[in-house]
Amino acid sequence: MPDLRHPLRAGPLAVALLFLATAAQAQLTVQITKGVTAPIPVAVVPFGASSGEAPPLLDVADVIQRDLERSGRFAGLPRASMLQRPTTGVGLDVAQWRLLKTDFVVIGRVVPEGARYAVQIELYNVVTGERLLGYSIPAAAGGLRLAAHRAADLVYEKILGVPGAFATRIAYVNVQGAVPARRYRLIVADADGENAQVVLESREPIMSPAWSPDGSRLAYVSFEDRLSAVYVQTLASGTRERVSGRAGVNGAPAWSPDGRRLALTLSQRDGNVDIFLLDLATRELTRVTDDPAIDTEPCWAPDGRALYFTSDRAGGPQVYRIALAPGERPRRVTFEGAYNARPRASPDGSQLAVVTLDRGAYRIAVVDLATGRSRVLSAGRLDQGPSFAPNGQTVLYAAREGGRGVLATAAVDGSVTSRISAAEGDVREPAWSPVQASP
Amino acid sequence: MNRILNMLVVVAFGVLLGSCAKKPTTVPPATSGEAVAGAQAGGSTSGAATADSGRATPLPGAAGGGAATTIYFDFDSSEVRPEFATAITTHARRLAADRTLRVRLEGNTDERGSAEYNVALGERRAQSVKRALLLQGATEAELATVSYGAERPAVEGHDEAAWSKNRRVEIVFLGGR
Repeated sequence: MPDLRHPLRAGPLAVALLFLATAAQAQLTVQITKGVTAPIPVAVVPFGASSGEAPPLLDVADVIQRDLERSGRFAGLPRASMLQRPTTGVGLDVAQWRLLKTDFVVIGRVVPEGARYAVQIELYNVVTGERLLGYSIPAAAGGLRLAAHRAADLVYEKILGVPGAFATRIAYVNVQGAVPARRYRLIVADADGENAQVVLESREPIMSPAWSPDGSRLAYVSFEDRLSAVYVQTLASGTRERVSGRAGVNGAPAWSPDGRRLALTLSQRDGNVDIFLLDLATRELTRVTDDPAIDTEPCWAPDGRALYFTSDRAGGPQVYRIALAPGERPRRVTFEGAYNARPRASPDGSQLAVVTLDRGAYRIAVVDLATGRSRVLSAGRLDQGPSFAPNGQTVLYAAREGGRGVLATAAVDGSVTSRISAAEGDVREPAWSPVQASP
Repeated sequence: MNRILNMLVVVAFGVLLGSCAKKPTTVPPATSGEAVAGAQAGGSTSGAATADSGRATPLPGAAGGGAATTIYFDFDSSEVRPEFATAITTHARRLAADRTLRVRLEGNTDERGSAEYNVALGERRAQSVKRALLLQGATEAELATVSYGAERPAVEGHDEAAWSKNRRVEIVFLGGR
């Protein structure tokens, strides 16, 4: 005897949240599991505020210090050890810092400017006493945290010679509840785990979040109608559009570097999947692969002229490259191991992160495209979903640990690893955003 | 407290939006009438109670057949094993006898390996069952396929015992028209 349908259970429910609701239980905790053997000692002095003003809402120095420590390459000096707390170069006594055996000192101030702020930051080399950088970073009232991350990126780059990736966000899927009553949430959080905000909530699976190149939109796959469909959602407004909802498979969206097209996996009537390009303005579809094998998981080369993708045309999944020009044919690019899938190109285009089968375990590997050589980066058994940081230094991926789905990062040079877990439920399907533009 | 109220308002608003959205007519939620018999006793049943009204209920008369509605697969394979031949034939005959029936073939994989590649593998499995049904008298119009890849496991667990229960195609009968 069928139940009367309750309005709240009218069909699978997916809520694309129009308002940015902070989801406390979806907050992430990031823990370094391996750092470099000789982290660089740095002191980040609590920032000052202009005299006469109330202290700013955010401890900017603390955010900077945590960012630097979370990179696994720095050791922050505890505040209790600081002999002085200058906020300007004038007050800085380098000799005192030498006593503390710190190599660098970061000092600064948060200065109100009308309704906004300026975060002023300076970096000093303790050994030489030299001022290495001085910047004023503008911030809206709610944007101090982003400004702090940008400051940390400046410090990181000045010292290590490589851009930082602290002013970034990650998208991921949080799954709670037991089969078959699971709840899925697509969430965006700062790279340090803070500010988790639910983008989509559904009773059906959500997969494959992909950031637009300007960081303003997410494409993703949602099964909210019990069938797969690809959506593009604008984060600021929460408005979204279904861009592909054909019968069969709609999956694996990947943004072209100019943000105008999505590479997608679509199926034919007979279920065979191939890769297509969808022009977001004209909605024109262009076929890229035409093969009875499975062809899926496209990713763009950074110059926008080729796609990498997974194909099992050789028997098992391997990664192929196809130039996006008429008459081009796919060329295989992975040669080590029986299973290589889910390619993601590094920002400089020289490497691919892939899911590989390594002695019976599914792990993340980095493939050097020039040599074809592959290096395993992770050590789990069910690792998947790699995503490069925008500075190309680190790979974010999904793993299982302690019986739960977690995220993890591994530096490409093997020196640093971290684990990222949610307060509740499993996390999976991570995607690292581009560097955030200033507000 | 305000934040909780805010979230409730947001969710309620979203629920309103959700219920106003155009959705195809779906049949009421599954009852426990869906039988899974034969060699796969104890296998997953798509009749498990969920709050999701997308799940279909078997129509009157299905209980008499008792044919398995879940087809299991070997690792990395989309071949329908011989032990499911009888079930396929039973379902195909039922479809041939009543052309208003519709079936959704839901392909699934175990969790290992890459997620979107698994969606394609699940689709392959669903298509394999579809072809078997077509050979036995069903028609294209009656059959739809969908793949959930590894995203909708029937059984929690991370060993072969669980994986073998998740590599499956669920045969879901929907209401006519």
